[in-house]
Amino acid sequence: MTWSEMQPLLEQACWDTLYMVGWSTLIAVVGGLPLGVLLVLTDRGGLLQNTVVNKVIGQIVNIARSMPFIILMVALMSFTRWITGTTIGVEAAIVPLAIGAIPFFARLVETAVREVDHGLVEAVQAMGGNTWTVVRKVLIPESLPSLISSATTTIVVLIGYSAMAGTVGAGGLGDIAVRYGYQRFETGMMWITVGVLAVVISAIQFAGDLAARSLARRGRGSTVPKLRLLRTPAPAAVEPTKAS
Amino acid sequence: MITTTGLTKVYRSRGREVTALDGVDLHVREGEVYGVIGQSGAGKSSLIRCVNLLEKPTAGTVTVDGVDLTALAGRGQRAGRELREARSRIGMVFQHFNLLSSRTVQDNVELPLEILGKSGRERSRKALELLDLVGLADKAKSYPSQLSGGQKQRVGIARALAGDPKVLLSDEATSALDPETTRSILELLRDLNRQLGLTVLLITHEMDVVKTICDSAALMEHGRIVESGTVDELLATPGSELAAALFPVSGEASGDERTVVDVTFHGEAATQPVISQLSRTYNIDISILGAAMDTVAGRQVGRMRIELPGAFEENVVPIGFLREQGLQVEVAGHDGEAAPRLAESAPQLVKEGVK
Repeated sequence: MTWSEMQPLLEQACWDTLYMVGWSTLIAVVGGLPLGVLLVLTDRGGLLQNTVVNKVIGQIVNIARSMPFIILMVALMSFTRWITGTTIGVEAAIVPLAIGAIPFFARLVETAVREVDHGLVEAVQAMGGNTWTVVRKVLIPESLPSLISSATTTIVVLIGYSAMAGTVGAGGLGDIAVRYGYQRFETGMMWITVGVLAVVISAIQFAGDLAARSLARRGRGSTVPKLRLLRTPAPAAVEPTKAS
Repeated sequence: MITTTGLTKVYRSRGREVTALDGVDLHVREGEVYGVIGQSGAGKSSLIRCVNLLEKPTAGTVTVDGVDLTALAGRGQRAGRELREARSRIGMVFQHFNLLSSRTVQDNVELPLEILGKSGRERSRKALELLDLVGLADKAKSYPSQLSGGQKQRVGIARALAGDPKVLLSDEATSALDPETTRSILELLRDLNRQLGLTVLLITHEMDVVKTICDSAALMEHGRIVESGTVDELLATPGSELAAALFPVSGEASGDERTVVDVTFHGEAATQPVISQLSRTYNIDISILGAAMDTVAGRQVGRMRIELPGAFEENVVPIGFLREQGLQVEVAGHDGEAAPRLAESAPQLVKEGVK
């Protein structure tokens, strides 16, 4: 296979992957975030403690996560047809991808939100805030760096899943590697695809880490513009933090 | 201002019951600084959390500024609108500050105002005003991680004041701070108490905190209030554990046939040369085993442990002389003897633990 033959294939595959992963990530975040928060709130000692709801959601999440993606995709076929009107193609792949990623992301959200210091929740309650205020003003903003890391991990996992989406004719980078590289012995094509995937995943991981870190380090000096330090040299010596 | 009656909190976990509060009656008057002191596990934290219903008491009532909060709590676990409104009028500061790391100092102070639904302009005006009050006007745009412990607690205090509360609850507010910072935070609380007429209920395990700023104090042990009263009352109470802890004097008798007497001076008596008068009048040798002079709740107080030769029976007259001088006298090993006589002069004091 020559480069001129490969190039349009690769280009199309890149767009397909981005399209599938982009949409399914969006849906996974929209679905998984409330689910994860709900898992924390309904847990024992949570603000909305409800053992039944907690156990039911927890079990659903566990079952969904224990299913191999390819099985999930097949199992969801009729549901996919009901949503998108078809079971093949990129749109059809988004449905199982999103549904597979929701419980995955929800568990990560749960872990991230659980890390938030209970004292902060108590402080907002003492101010007269209700549960919704606690979620909006404390749980989400305080766990935002972890949530961004979780979303990054979810994207990477989704790119991996999307390789299997080729089985429903959805295309994408993984699919090309399997179909051309593995099944047709086009080793060159395979390695190029793997290379592109490596670059894409590294870039996403890098961007995610950067965003998470800059949020987590808010106010710890590194993000303060140098100019300001120059103009006011005296207070630049930040007192060492004692308690944290 | 704050009244609790029969406040009881029982924690149940896995079939076991732990009684954190066992019928606590507390009465905090308007405009005073009231300290509850006790060791960890005594139930102080549960007490202060029950006052704004962060913990729901198992039994008993809490009234703050005339509002029965326990009646507002309802049955469910979640706080209803009325209770949340009542809470917004009670400020609270915490041991570990509990500032949101994702917000600037100013935004942290604005948070309670956001919850109260105040407009953006009003919020920032109020927040800056409060930061100015606690001496952090220049840190408005900093993040909590850039502040020292004392500065963080000042932000915590500014935040607690945002809703114009009449009552401030302080949960070990100075326990995570060094002695110097502790002093400056206590001074701030004292100033706020005087300037704004703020009623402060604080819990602490540091006797120094009570000594520095409290008008009244209570000692908690095993979920009960063992002693309580104004600091003056406590100091005037024979056998008061709090008074002894507030103002410790030590010293052992040098042998048998000696009478050890603790003398507490406050008010006028502190200025009289009582000991030398005693020595001259009765021609006895007095040895001083220990003595201390200190300022408690803004007043000079002295305490001295002296030793008189001979058994108690031989010293009844000199001890009577000391009492006549308006001093508070406790004879070691003869509390039962001393207490009834003093009861007339000493103000009424609650001593539930003894009953």
